[in-house]
Amino acid sequence: MKLNRRSFIAAGAATATLGAPSLRANTKPRVVVIGGGAGGATVARYVAKDSKGEIDVTLIEPTRQYYTCFFSNLYLGGFREMDSLGHSYGNLAAGGVNVVHDWAIGIDRDAKTVALAGGGSVPYDRLVLSPGIDFVDGAVPGWSTMAQNAMPHAYKGGSQTELLRAQINAMPEGGTFVMVAPPNPYRCPPGPYERVSMVAHTLKANNPKAKIIIVDPKEKFSKQALFEEGWGKHYSGMVERIGPDFGGANVEVNPDEMTVNVDGEVIKADVCNVIPAMKAGKICEMAGVTEGNWAPVSGHTMQSKIDENIHVLGDACSQGDMPKSGFSANSQAKVAAMAVRGALTGSKVFPAKFSNTCWSLIDTDDGVKVGATYEATDEKIAKVDGFISQTGEDADLRKTTYEESVGWYAGITADMFG
Amino acid sequence: MMRIATYLKAAAVIAAAFVHQAHAEEIAAPLGDAANGEKVFRKCASCHAVGSGAKNKVGPQLNGIFGRTAGTIEDFRYSDGLVREGKNGLVWDYEHLDAYLDNPKALVSDTRMNFRGLKEEQDRHDVLAYLRQFSDSPLDIPEAQPTALPKEVELSAEVLAIVGDPAYGEYLSSECSTCHQRNGSDQGIPSITGWPTEDFVVAMHAYKEKIRPHPVMQMMAGRLSDEEIAALAAYFAVLGD
Repeated sequence: MKLNRRSFIAAGAATATLGAPSLRANTKPRVVVIGGGAGGATVARYVAKDSKGEIDVTLIEPTRQYYTCFFSNLYLGGFREMDSLGHSYGNLAAGGVNVVHDWAIGIDRDAKTVALAGGGSVPYDRLVLSPGIDFVDGAVPGWSTMAQNAMPHAYKGGSQTELLRAQINAMPEGGTFVMVAPPNPYRCPPGPYERVSMVAHTLKANNPKAKIIIVDPKEKFSKQALFEEGWGKHYSGMVERIGPDFGGANVEVNPDEMTVNVDGEVIKADVCNVIPAMKAGKICEMAGVTEGNWAPVSGHTMQSKIDENIHVLGDACSQGDMPKSGFSANSQAKVAAMAVRGALTGSKVFPAKFSNTCWSLIDTDDGVKVGATYEATDEKIAKVDGFISQTGEDADLRKTTYEESVGWYAGITADMFG
Repeated sequence: MMRIATYLKAAAVIAAAFVHQAHAEEIAAPLGDAANGEKVFRKCASCHAVGSGAKNKVGPQLNGIFGRTAGTIEDFRYSDGLVREGKNGLVWDYEHLDAYLDNPKALVSDTRMNFRGLKEEQDRHDVLAYLRQFSDSPLDIPEAQPTALPKEVELSAEVLAIVGDPAYGEYLSSECSTCHQRNGSDQGIPSITGWPTEDFVVAMHAYKEKIRPHPVMQMMAGRLSDEEIAALAAYFAVLGD
């Protein structure tokens, strides 16, 4: 969608709520950030904090209370309550970020303005897109977002996760939980399998004869040896995975009948968690900065390869070797914040460095992790070094790893929201 | 200036060659002098007991210290850091005891062992030879290794003297603050604010050279240059002041 530039400018001038930043617009450079998650909240906070008032920062995020997708599996396992995953934007606002709770519905790259659903537009010198993911239409035949109440994806934090937990708790005794796992690349590579672990943990306590079936189009998956070891140890006989060799890539669902057709064989599901193929959040498409499903960026600055005035962070971008994760988005946001400040105020720019660690919980006090460091090359963000937890680690180490993940959650959310 | 990594690699090669040769000739390399170690141990004895009937004092008793996992004597209240390092796999072998005695807080940052360390290599070897007499399994000490082992991290005066660029430190610190909180909170993830800069520098080099056990920190420190470590140390030293 491309809006008319003339009508935009007119609308912008008539908007009173955004009057304050636009009054200063003649003197200060303006950064607009779309999306207040691990990438967007972090970049907004760092630009505002480090530019010490020299840059106007506006963050556009529809929700007033943000629920993290990371750690939402722990809610399904009963290890966290939803309240503990919710964060507001009060500290960002206090730190000088102009927080606008609205939907961005269009971007005029020539005029450099963002249109808002609530009316009006916001001008920018640099725009940062960090919208997270949307789902590829028709990726799982029979499923669409219209069916997400019958078959939740629960792959964006908040109400979908609550719905899935309610459905799991209402499963009949000995019922069947089916997960349709996504193809690569997707948000949080170990996420579906941590989810299986957490659902199994809940069912083992409440509904021990229940079954979990994973229908998976992928040959292999993140931390596979660790998860499979853990499932055998903690949830023996409960989890079955149908990989592509057995038709896992040929799946169709019927949300009315609550059935899943795997390569011609129909499975009756009591709960069906469909995690479809993913793409960049829609605003990237609207901005015209996508190629295929994702928005390509330069690893040096996180600038779009299509428009140098736009940076794209996190799950929505394609950058090279980093997994799509909250940790990655947070890491990329800091490189983008430095690049944006350098471009707008001439502040010093250092070489880009990135890192990621993903913790997963398999059962109580049984945590594992995988991580890597990355650097920017002219071609992509390239992996430098990495590690992964080992099978057969002792219980003390696994407990320490879990405790570390809880500390990380507190750390990254403080880093995002102030 | 010889880079530390190069130095340690060279030292390791020398050590390996030495061990090999020692085994080949079946000569046990001389351990430290236990008699002198008993004298040096007086510096430790106000807090630590060792020998028949030794009890925990301010510090834990040291009978059987070789081969013990760090932070595991029952009834002794350790720092969180020492318990954590034990869980991370820190076992008191010769190499780690030597590093710990050299600079306790460099190996375990929040240890309550407020001792600046035995800076003389010979003193450490002598004390360890003395303590070895109170371990059930003296074979825990490879006979041929001690005199050839590198210390925890051999930092040159030049490295320790590097004055970090605070602006760079602040940028680099953003990579730390994904996990470590700037307010110094230490739930599950240790605090890194307000450290003396030298302790910070030594600790980061110890991770970089994979002497401190922790895969994430080994990886993060592994690609930091001497200047970057100094910059981070300078930045975090005053954070929260």
